[in-house]
Amino acid sequence: MSMKDYSIFSLARHAVKRHKNWPRAWRDPEPKSNYDVIIVGGGGHGLATAYYLAAEHGLTNIAVIEKGWIGGGNTGRNTTIVRSNYLWDESAHIYEKSLVLWESLSQELNFNVMFSQRGVLNLAHTLQDMRDVYRRSNANRLNGIDSEVLTPEQIQEIVPIINTSPKARHPILGASFQPRGGVARHDAVAWGFARAADKKGVDILQNCEVTGILREDGAVKGVETTRGNIMSSRVGVVAAGHSSVIANMAGLRMPIESRPLQALVSEPIKPVLHTVVMSNTVHGYISQSDKGELVIGAGVDGYLGYGQRGSFSTIEHNVAAIVELFPIFSRVRMMRHWGGIVDVCPDASPIISKTPIRGLYFNCGWGTGGFKATPGSGWVFAHTIARDEPHALNAPFSLERFVSGALIDEHGAAGVAH
Amino acid sequence: MLLINCPWCGPREESEFSCGGEAHIVRPLEPEALSDEQWADYLFMRKNIKGEQDEQWYHSAGCRRWFNAQRNTVTYKFGKTYKPGEFVDEDEV
Repeated sequence: MSMKDYSIFSLARHAVKRHKNWPRAWRDPEPKSNYDVIIVGGGGHGLATAYYLAAEHGLTNIAVIEKGWIGGGNTGRNTTIVRSNYLWDESAHIYEKSLVLWESLSQELNFNVMFSQRGVLNLAHTLQDMRDVYRRSNANRLNGIDSEVLTPEQIQEIVPIINTSPKARHPILGASFQPRGGVARHDAVAWGFARAADKKGVDILQNCEVTGILREDGAVKGVETTRGNIMSSRVGVVAAGHSSVIANMAGLRMPIESRPLQALVSEPIKPVLHTVVMSNTVHGYISQSDKGELVIGAGVDGYLGYGQRGSFSTIEHNVAAIVELFPIFSRVRMMRHWGGIVDVCPDASPIISKTPIRGLYFNCGWGTGGFKATPGSGWVFAHTIARDEPHALNAPFSLERFVSGALIDEHGAAGVAH
Repeated sequence: MLLINCPWCGPREESEFSCGGEAHIVRPLEPEALSDEQWADYLFMRKNIKGEQDEQWYHSAGCRRWFNAQRNTVTYKFGKTYKPGEFVDEDEV
């Protein structure tokens, strides 16, 4: 363990010096003219890709190019929920790979990402909801993913403040429960991957916007940026809501629409909710942060958009759903509210794929559920870029599936509010 | 809350409408002649423009008729709204 590693001893040493001499966590380098790999987008997925390229594939001459600050996009704008209880095999496998990586991520990165496996409840309010819960829960168990079906009494035991009255407008008939699911500290995920990647030699170039994709004879040559041209024969694009903007630069067509997805947090209150509760039918999900704030999210806004703010009617709908489930929260005041731009695919599954342009790779289309996939997405995308072929886990998530018709339809099937 | 000008009914609240995405996608006249790539392009591929975009909107809780709208996808400001076939922006053709 080098002196630069974070540990109880380094914490004690710096505490004695009143925390005045902590070194910066990553460098702020000048762009080089040439890299082996360029990653466009310094969010969690992009930084994770750079980290795993260095850690698993021995490539270290890498630049991560970010137009703003790292983690300033959707990585810092989500509701931090991590789970892997997806219906279809393809999704279950990739999200479960991610969940397994989450379980040792703090140790792997030497950075506390505060991954807390407090369990995720997906509520069912109708007979069809219950059928879906049984089906998904059984599918999960066949894939080796922990999942239980709970009765309203069992839900009440886990979350005493939830309204399980049969007289409720949308009575709770049951739920699926994934005990290994939970939440993580979203900023720490970006910072942890950034610091660990930087330590392996990856250049993180912030405030550097990609303005063009350089191509020659059907192959990528590099990128134009606001800090000059940077050359590389391999470019991985991980730009979330702005994927279409980058794709248009390269003359590619993408099956993606960008939409605002918003979330809000309440004033901090004492611990009352120690698990994650999601409901597809009333359209809301909620957990309580370690600071005591209620973290609340809902579905995407009703129209396409790139403005990082949400519509008020969606907030109203969302808060009504939460109060329906938790009457006790009716007088909690909301403190902050924000929107992120999510890249939604027609089948609500991601694209982690090669493209018709040689050396240009896209990782996008995560829609409303990208945060949970951060380590797994980076892991398979690093493999795809390093080997110039997808890993078995992300081969089904190709751009080609929209031509072949082999879609992975996760609309509603994953117990998530779309 | 946005005020949207339905060309059939006049200005109404945002909550009465639903957005149908990119406008002026022409349905193939000879569907049987299309390759799989052309079908994928028609069904799934979208411009998803950041900025001024032509969109189709549906007055779902009103007259239940479709219309087109020019809208800025960053500021969300609506420009001209027009009935189908009435007006086409030259840049979009």
